[in-house]
Amino acid sequence: MRYIEEFRDQGLAKRLATSIAAEADPGRTYRLMEFCGGHTHAIFRYGVQDLMPFNLKFIHGPGCPVCVLPIARIDQAIGLALDHGVTLCTYADLMRVPGSERRSLIKAKAAGADVRMVYSTQDALAIARADPGRQVVFFAIGFETTTPPTAVALRQARAERMSNFSVFCNHVLTPPALRAILSSECDDGVRIDGILGPSHVSTVIGSAPYGFVPAEFGKPLVIAGFEPLDVMQSALMLVRQLNRGRCEVENQYTRAVTPEGNRKAQALMAEVFELRETFEWRGLGHLTGSALKIAPAYADLDAELRFPMAPGEGREVKGCECPSVLRGVKDPVDCKLFGSVCTPENPMGSCMVSSEGACAAYWSYGRYRNPGPVALEARQAPGEAA
Amino acid sequence: MGERRFPVRLDLRQGTVDLSHGSGGRAMAQLIEELFQRHLDNDLLRQGNDQAAFDPPPGRLVISTDGHVVSPLFFPGGDIGCLSVHGTINDVAMAGARPLCLAAGFILEEGLPLADLERIVASMARAANEAGVPVAAGDTKVVERGKADGLFITTTGVGVVPPGVQISGDRARPGDAILVSGTLGDHGVAVMSQRENLSFGTDIRSDTAALHGLVAAMVAAVPGIHCLRDPTRGGLATTLNELARQSAVGMRIREDAIPVRPEVEAACELLGLDPLYVANEGKLVAICPPEDASRLLAVMRAHPLGAQAALVGEVVADPHQFVQMQTRLGGGRIVDWLAGEQLPRIC
Repeated sequence: MRYIEEFRDQGLAKRLATSIAAEADPGRTYRLMEFCGGHTHAIFRYGVQDLMPFNLKFIHGPGCPVCVLPIARIDQAIGLALDHGVTLCTYADLMRVPGSERRSLIKAKAAGADVRMVYSTQDALAIARADPGRQVVFFAIGFETTTPPTAVALRQARAERMSNFSVFCNHVLTPPALRAILSSECDDGVRIDGILGPSHVSTVIGSAPYGFVPAEFGKPLVIAGFEPLDVMQSALMLVRQLNRGRCEVENQYTRAVTPEGNRKAQALMAEVFELRETFEWRGLGHLTGSALKIAPAYADLDAELRFPMAPGEGREVKGCECPSVLRGVKDPVDCKLFGSVCTPENPMGSCMVSSEGACAAYWSYGRYRNPGPVALEARQAPGEAA
Repeated sequence: MGERRFPVRLDLRQGTVDLSHGSGGRAMAQLIEELFQRHLDNDLLRQGNDQAAFDPPPGRLVISTDGHVVSPLFFPGGDIGCLSVHGTINDVAMAGARPLCLAAGFILEEGLPLADLERIVASMARAANEAGVPVAAGDTKVVERGKADGLFITTTGVGVVPPGVQISGDRARPGDAILVSGTLGDHGVAVMSQRENLSFGTDIRSDTAALHGLVAAMVAAVPGIHCLRDPTRGGLATTLNELARQSAVGMRIREDAIPVRPEVEAACELLGLDPLYVANEGKLVAICPPEDASRLLAVMRAHPLGAQAALVGEVVADPHQFVQMQTRLGGGRIVDWLAGEQLPRIC
């Protein structure tokens, strides 16, 4: 087993497609929200939608960490790099995210700021160790998946008594975002029949925290892996739940997710972070208890306390529909800027930057050009149910 | 110039490049004589003029130039020296041409160890000798520390196209077959595995190689090849999009037909990259009439640099000029131009 191609096998995909087509009731529609950008990416990269029956539609959720970061925080990070003269370490996707007035970290770098692209918190620590006279700030973003590594870095910095390392913390939590999406469903008119639940996030928090989805909102949720066959199998599990009138949390991603999750990572997070009262999400607004800040015991490593930061401007580009796209209310093609002035080369909104953003996926993998000849051909591939 | 003697030889073990090596004075003359000329020596370079003169053979002449700025300078399977020879030979060869000679411009950063420079120039010389394409002219400049990343090398190549061969990016026609000469993504992954902040253990080596021998065999067997191009920066995806636009056609490829080494595939998974967009330095894409495809494929596979060649798709009529792919899962998608740098996903 090599753990890559087995989860992308065409024969298995055809069998799953046949099962979904046989199970799906032509008299109704199935609107399934995939929470994570990782799912969105897999759906587009492998053309999963082509293998679905016509009445099953994937609605793209807000689970792209780059996309939900509010513009004001990008502005603050740019300010840190430009005005405080620190070395700002960041995951690569963030480099091109536009802040107010189309500034970005990559432009700040070109203007002389010391912005470094890193692959892990360990790289940022190494940069700080190598130059003790220089303030190094790690720009931490992401859901529960990327939070434990930030916690580890903070503990290491403490243990090594590093005085030139700090973290600009923007870590957010998945369940409050899910709740916000489901609560606003009626007001906005986004109808969701079921949810493909987070993959990597759930390896950390487990499947138990999603109980409120069926209990309070009456929607089934299937925790789904990020490979295309995971997504297809999870879609089948959701369709079956809906057809049989069941409404439960199910776990498709059993090879990595347990009900209780990773206790060690959870303990680490609890030690190093505490809940923020409220935090702004792009598209979802201010959500109570939806983000983490650095706990008082580690406050000396908190960049927000070490460097005086003005609140960012947070000015949205006029006409940018990222906030609606993130809630699943609008498709990327409904945005006037999509493909005209906003492209991956020249992004106006965050959803066009990350490969996990819905706009970037629509544009790069050509779904807006639907139905393309290849897509049609695939639908009529021999051996598939009509 | 070969007669000049310098009282103290260049310290090729401990020495470093300094600004005097680019000043035009004796230090520069010594660097040229004891390092560049010693390794790259050939009849054309030995003329000792500001230019090399030679009589071109009959046929259409082609010229191409390529700047090399790879980081790190040394990577598994190669270095910036052999890369700068292979890269330009390949650009010349993609016209179906026989490369005649190269010219090389060096921009050296103050502080570059002379030992590194010698290793790189020796590697260039080896690559040029193996390819039978001499470096006929050169130039050296030195810039202050911090103004270049070790060294940059620009090479220019001249070649001659045999009569009857008409290979150009605008000649792809609907129905034509699309072939690649081997596994994709090896070079890009090999280089990335050496970047300072990306330490992952791998045996992946760059595929850097001069392709003119392979091209000569292909052109001899199928003179009617329509297009050749080496999928370097931006990978196969970018090359196919370039050709589609130039020829005003569309393309359809099949993901399961595209050769990618399992270890490259795995490294791409790790880094969040798509092998279709990762650079190659010893591979080519060929487009030919459908009736020639199997003969061309056989000739490619018979050559050591084309042993894993594969037929990956076909040219179609498409006013949108899209490159479309049937995914290995059985779905479809557009394979677009590369946007920005290929950046790793973060979760």
